Amino acid sequence: MSMRAEWRRARAIAWKDLTAERRSKAQFNGVLALALTILVMFGFALGPDAQAIGDAAAGAIWLAALFAGVLAFNRSYQTELDGGALEHLLLYPGSRRSILAGKLMANFAFVGAMLAVVVVAAIVLFHVQVPARWPALVGILFLGAVGLTTLGTFYAAIASRSRAREVLLPLLLFPMLVPVLLAAMEATKALLGGNAMSDAGAWARLLLVFDVIFLVATFLVFESVIEA
Amino acid sequence: MTHAVSLSAASATGTARRSWFGWFTLVFLVFSQVTAILISPPDRDMGDLQKIMYVHVPAAWMTMLAPLALLAFGVRYLFTHREEDDLLAAASGEVALVFAGLTLALGMIWGRPTWGVWWTWDPRLTSTLVLFLILAGYLSIRALIDDRDQRAQWSAAVGVLGAINVPIVYMSVRWWRTIHQIQSSPATVDPAYVIGLRLNAFAFLFVMIYFIRRRRDAFVLERAAEHAGEAAALGGLSRE
Repeated sequence: MSMRAEWRRARAIAWKDLTAERRSKAQFNGVLALALTILVMFGFALGPDAQAIGDAAAGAIWLAALFAGVLAFNRSYQTELDGGALEHLLLYPGSRRSILAGKLMANFAFVGAMLAVVVVAAIVLFHVQVPARWPALVGILFLGAVGLTTLGTFYAAIASRSRAREVLLPLLLFPMLVPVLLAAMEATKALLGGNAMSDAGAWARLLLVFDVIFLVATFLVFESVIEA
Repeated sequence: MTHAVSLSAASATGTARRSWFGWFTLVFLVFSQVTAILISPPDRDMGDLQKIMYVHVPAAWMTMLAPLALLAFGVRYLFTHREEDDLLAAASGEVALVFAGLTLALGMIWGRPTWGVWWTWDPRLTSTLVLFLILAGYLSIRALIDDRDQRAQWSAAVGVLGAINVPIVYMSVRWWRTIHQIQSSPATVDPAYVIGLRLNAFAFLFVMIYFIRRRRDAFVLERAAEHAGEAAALGGLSRE
């Protein structure tokens, strides 16, 4: 199948997932509310000291996105599994990789939208200055969301079809995400802190490398995962 | 039924050879440990505490080697779909987890009197801990999936990605640490200790190979028992 047809398939799957989400909205609102709750909890954990809260803002943003994202990733296959539709999806001609690509795009839109709200909320709640280089911050959020979604979507394909999926997905996903989250947190922290601009650039490049490695690796092994 | 018999027969001949190798490994391990402890002088700063190095350092090396075996068997399974590769990958994962746990525990026992803390966020320590967690995830997924093919396919994918991630985790943690503070490293090793380390590196390599093969044998026996159980259940129905 041609590249063009694959792209059309991937887009169709992403469109289907996003349409189902847009019509119900239940999931996005719930996950977003959870992410904001986690931010507030971090505020309590780190104490009323404004300085400590400000320093921890970058970490809180990414952990809130991580915990809330896990729910979204598992749900992303759940609708199809409930309806027995995954088998049908697999029966259509073309490469299985376009299923991953489609799911990836839908989840990315989901996580990206959530992250945008979470960052604005964190800037308000954690007394963070909006950085002068905010386009760079958007770039970091983009790269971090790509890494988070890539591994999340891939491991959800396994975890959502096993017993104890609520435990299995975080157990598989969190240790694998250490490099991506570390780079994303450090780059965000450097940008929000306003100092050490050079750090942010170096971490951003590292984050880009991690994204590429994990994108390639997951696309290579996805076929054997979805078929089993 | 024939399948079950051939599996157990194959493992029976293998077990004889393995027990010979097992005794050799045990003797060599004892020899290496005793030699290393006897020939090395007490360390100037650490005294006899340094002797833990002969277990800790080889264990740490095997913690790096065993995931490579997991990666190799996992990749081979994804290409060949041979059950043997799946079992060997599973055995490698288990052994890697044991060595990672051993490395962490021994490192803590050594670190407490030397550094004054049980734990520091050193890149090697941190990436070993993350590796331990990745392996725990790998073994959990094996335990949680009942379908044989599904378990083999998924755990191969999880194992391969996990093994690929080990150097990436190390790199990222290292960079994270060096930006905040200079990495602390134990003193470089004096020649007087090198022989002991070399001997024990081989002793631990043999232990690792022996463990992986032993666990693989155990998996084969478990499979054979499963097959025999299924065959007996089916035979009970079809018998006149």
